Amino acid sequence: MTPELLIQLLVSGLGMGFIFALIAIGLALIYGVVGVINFAHGEFLMVSMYATYLGFSVGGLDPLVTLPFVAIGMFGFGMVVYYVLMRRVLGAALHAQIFATFGLMVFMQAAAQFVFGADYFSIDHSLLSGALHLGSITLPLPQMAAGVGALLCSAALYVFVFRTGPGRALRAVSQDRVAALTMGIDADRMNALAWGLASACVGVAGSLLSNFYYVFPRVGAIFVLVAYVAVALGGFGSISGALLAGVIMGILQVLSGFFLESSLKLVPVYLLYLVVVLIRPKGLLGRQ
Amino acid sequence: MSNASRLSRPKPTRLLLWGALVAALALLPQMLAGRPFELRLLTIICLYATMGQAWNILGGYAGQISIGHGLFFGLGAYTSTMVVLSLGLNPWIGGLLAIVVAAGSGVLIGLTCFRLRSHYFVIATLIVAESVSLIFSQWSLVGAAVGLELPIRASGWINFEFNRNKLPYYYIALAMMLIVTLLVVWMERSKLGYVLKAVRDDEDAVRSLGLSPLRYKLIAMALSAGILGFCGTFYAQYVLLVDPPSVLAGSISIIVALVAIFGGIGTVSGPIIGSFVLISLSEYSRVYFSGSGRNVDLLIYGALIMIIAAYCPGGVNSLAGKFGRRLKHRSDDNLPNARSN
Repeated sequence: MTPELLIQLLVSGLGMGFIFALIAIGLALIYGVVGVINFAHGEFLMVSMYATYLGFSVGGLDPLVTLPFVAIGMFGFGMVVYYVLMRRVLGAALHAQIFATFGLMVFMQAAAQFVFGADYFSIDHSLLSGALHLGSITLPLPQMAAGVGALLCSAALYVFVFRTGPGRALRAVSQDRVAALTMGIDADRMNALAWGLASACVGVAGSLLSNFYYVFPRVGAIFVLVAYVAVALGGFGSISGALLAGVIMGILQVLSGFFLESSLKLVPVYLLYLVVVLIRPKGLLGRQ
Repeated sequence: MSNASRLSRPKPTRLLLWGALVAALALLPQMLAGRPFELRLLTIICLYATMGQAWNILGGYAGQISIGHGLFFGLGAYTSTMVVLSLGLNPWIGGLLAIVVAAGSGVLIGLTCFRLRSHYFVIATLIVAESVSLIFSQWSLVGAAVGLELPIRASGWINFEFNRNKLPYYYIALAMMLIVTLLVVWMERSKLGYVLKAVRDDEDAVRSLGLSPLRYKLIAMALSAGILGFCGTFYAQYVLLVDPPSVLAGSISIIVALVAIFGGIGTVSGPIIGSFVLISLSEYSRVYFSGSGRNVDLLIYGALIMIIAAYCPGGVNSLAGKFGRRLKHRSDDNLPNARSN
C-alpha cells in the first residue's frame, strides 16, 4: 500500500467517521437523557435523505440550501415522536419501549417503500461535486464537505450541551432524573428537547450524506447499525465518546472495505460491538 | 403473566375449547380441498405460531428480547439443506442436525451475550443476525447470494417432500405447533418455567436463591433456537429453496417476535392468536395489493407494533383479560409490570 493510498483511505474514513459520529451523537443524547434506544434512528436519517432528494429533484434546491430546513423539520418530527409515542412507553416494560421505536422503524421503512418504491435515487451536480486534487491524492469534495459539516454540527451540539443553560438542564436530567426534578427542571420537556436535537442532528447528517450517497428505503439500517456500535464503543449516553467512536468506525470500515470483500466491510465493525460490550461494557469514555 | 398464573389448573371449559380448536384445525383441510391458497395460509400460520412460541420461551418467559431470532430459522434451513445436498442424508436427519446446530449456536451466542442487559442484549442479537446474513450471502460453500436448491424427489413422508398434494406439510406444521405448545404448557408448570419468569423479573433474586440465571437463560435459548432450527428445515423442505433473502431476512425476526407480542408476550395462547391474526392479515393484504412489491404488510405490521407497544403492551390477551376482570370484580388492572432497567 502506497502512502498516498493510505492517506486517501484515512481521509475518506475520517469523513465517513464524522457522519457516523453525528448519527451516533443523536442516539447517545436520547439514550443519555431519556434512557431509551431509538431503533428508528436510521429511518430518521432515511427520511432526511428523501426530503433533501425531493428538494433537489422537485424544487431544484441544492442540498446545502435545504439542509437547515431539513434540520428544523426533523427537530419538530423528533418532538412529535416523543410526545405522541415515546412518552406513553416511558416506565413501561422493556419490550414495550423497544417495540415502540422498532415499530416506528418498520413503519417508516415500509412507508418509504410504499411511496417511493425500492428504487435507488441520487443527487447529481449539486454545488458540492467534483474532487480536490492534492498531488497524487484525490479527495472527493462531497465526502470532505460532509465530514466537515458533520464535525461543525457536532461541535455546535457540544457547545449547546456543555456551555448553555438548557444544555446543563439536559445533562442534569441525564445524570440524575429525580434530583433534576427536585431542582425544578422539567424533565419531560428535556426529554422532548433531546429527541428534537437528536433528530435535527440526524437530519443534518442525512442532508450531507445525500450529496454522495444513494437514497433508498433501507439506507438508514446500514448507517444506524454502525451508529449503535459507535454508541456502545463510546459508552451509551456519552456524547464525546460517540464522537470519538464514530471516527474510529469510519476509519475501520474504510480499511476493512479495502482488505475484505466490500459487502463484508461492516462485519468487523459489528464484531467490534460484541468485543466492546463484553470487555468494556461502559465503553471507551462511558461513565463508570 | 396475569393470564399465565390463572392457568395453573386448567378448567374443563378451557380444555374443551383447546380440544375443539385442535379438532377444527385437523379437519379444516378436508373442506379446503382444491384451495391451495388457504392451505398454504394455514400452513404458514402454524409455522409462525410455532416460531412465536419458541421466541416467547426466551423473550416472554425469560425476558431476553431478541430481534435477531430469524437467525436460527435460517441456520436450520441451511443446515438440513447442506446435509441433504453434500452428505446425501435424509432430510429428517437434517432436521435433527438443524436442531443441534441452531441450539448450539444459540448457546454460543448466549454464553457471550447473556452478560449484557436490556438494550445491549437487544442490539447484540440484531448485530449477530445481520453479520451472519452478510456472511452467508458471500459464502460460496452455501451458495452465496444465489442460495441452494433442493432436488425434487419422490413425494412421501420418508423424503420429507410432498410435491403435488401439499396437505402433509400442513399436518407437519400443525403437529409442530401442537408439540411446541404442549412443551410450553408443560414448561409453565415446571420449575423451569417459574425460574425463567423469576429471571425475567429479578435476576439478582434468582441468584440469591442459589440458582444460576445464566444456566436457565441458556436452557431457554437452546429450546427456543432449536425449535426455530427445525422450523427452518420444515420451510426449506416446503419451498425447496434456501437463500439469504428468504430465510435470513430481518423481516422474519420481526414477525417471529411480533406474533408473540401481538397475542400476548409470556402467554401460551399469545403466539397462536398473534399468528392467526397477523399472518392472515399479511397474506390477504399481499393478495389484495397483488405483487406491487410495496410491502403493504410491513406497513401494517409497523403500525400495529407501535400501537401494541404504546397502548397495550400485554397484547390481545391482556385486553381480553382486562375486559374479563372488569366484568368479574372491577379490580384494578394488572398489566405486566415495569421492570427497572
